[in-house]
Amino acid sequence: MLALQGDFREHIDALRAIGATASEVRTAEQLAVVDALILPGGESTTIARLLLAFELMEPLRARLRAGMPAWGTCAGAILLARRVPGLDRPPIGVLDVTVDRNAFGRQLDSFEAELAVAGMAGGPLRAVFIRAPVIREPGPGVTVLARLDDGRIVACREGRVLATSFHPELTDDRRMHEAFVALARDAVAARGSAA
Amino acid sequence: MVNGNAAAQNGAGGVGETATWTVKAGLAQMLKGGVIMDVVTAEHARIAEESGACAVMALERVPSDIRAAGGVARMSRVDLIEEIKAAVTIPVMAKVRIGHFVEAQILQAIAVDYIDESEVLTPADEQHHIDKHAFAVPFVCGCRDLGEALRRIGEGAAMIRTKGEAGTGDIVEAVRHMRALWSGIRRVASARDDELPSLAKEYASPLALVQEVHRLGRLPVVNFSAGGVATPADAALMMQLGADGVFVGSGIFKSSEDEREQAKMANAIVKAVTHFADPVMLAGVSRGLTETMRGRAAASLLAEELLAGRGN
Repeated sequence: MLALQGDFREHIDALRAIGATASEVRTAEQLAVVDALILPGGESTTIARLLLAFELMEPLRARLRAGMPAWGTCAGAILLARRVPGLDRPPIGVLDVTVDRNAFGRQLDSFEAELAVAGMAGGPLRAVFIRAPVIREPGPGVTVLARLDDGRIVACREGRVLATSFHPELTDDRRMHEAFVALARDAVAARGSAA
Repeated sequence: MVNGNAAAQNGAGGVGETATWTVKAGLAQMLKGGVIMDVVTAEHARIAEESGACAVMALERVPSDIRAAGGVARMSRVDLIEEIKAAVTIPVMAKVRIGHFVEAQILQAIAVDYIDESEVLTPADEQHHIDKHAFAVPFVCGCRDLGEALRRIGEGAAMIRTKGEAGTGDIVEAVRHMRALWSGIRRVASARDDELPSLAKEYASPLALVQEVHRLGRLPVVNFSAGGVATPADAALMMQLGADGVFVGSGIFKSSEDEREQAKMANAIVKAVTHFADPVMLAGVSRGLTETMRGRAAASLLAEELLAGRGN
């Protein structure tokens, strides 16, 4: 769990509630030993600066390119994208999409909505959008997982990298976390059988 | 759902429900582990964002200058707040006087991201705080102990900060308030269920919130520290004492006249909040800092100069 800034505690609580092992990552040494990484909600400008300041950007990019599973929520999704208009630091850039920051406006425009996610059993989930970004221009390798009623993309996946504009960690619905932990376990198993 | 005021503009184009309690308290969750900096110009706001602030507080004067200037301290000028909003992409907060709900209506009309109903400004009402449930913009309020925190949350505050003593650069009051808050939380958490009504009476707080603290073992909203942080070590101290993040006021832009030194201090405090429990990192981020705010010992203030006692 990337723990430079943001709501990482909520993610850790959610992961532990479903029986996963979760630890905080603030240094390159801590990054080197995790099997998968969640990038939490927070302020993307703050987290981008801290990634650079603590020399985490390059090791993180290298691990993601080598196939480490990752999931970015809100600010985390922004950081994973290849194209982020207006972000004055280069994002990590492993997800072939454009992400517009604060796409809905200011805090007054933050909202909750029922959202159907592709491949998720049990009906729509309650999605919380806080100064949320929107995903557009998905590349050919990107699968769109969820759209708002007006068609805007708010969840997608490319390989083992998952991005959501909303915050499953702020609700009691653990299905997104379960899906990510399953993805991470598959990746670990694949690595084990390849070795 | 605590708040039915969904009359706010919906930039979501009607695809969802705005101004819910989850959404109001949720923004504070995103600020955690971060530093919210007081700024008085658009230029300061840019320095703050560049240094890694997770939000800025738009002010006419930082608290130490409010002390020096005397007179009545009010909500900042609308033009100033709008300039600061235009200068940065991080959330912008602004302060209103305790009980001054029209100042709050104005801040909501110009779409600030958070309103601080603050003892740093001269109170407009000595008895009543603002009914914060009536607003779509979320509020942060100060507290000195658990009872004060729960009264503010009961009125609708979606985030709490311990008050400290603003504009002093002296951490002692911030420590006092954070310790008092957590000591109250621990007491409620370890009480028997049938003791909670009596504790609610003692803390002059809504029983439902006392029960929630009992269940959670913490406040039901995010809690930052404010009022006296002047160094990276101060910020890390407050984090180790249980803050979710820190507000820094005069400590950054009063540390030096030199903008580069201000940015260095701002950046060091941001890094200290991330690595608050790692002394080697804290030593590293403290290296190279040359100037700190001179400050004024809180114990040397006259009773009428103390801000934390405003609003209860």
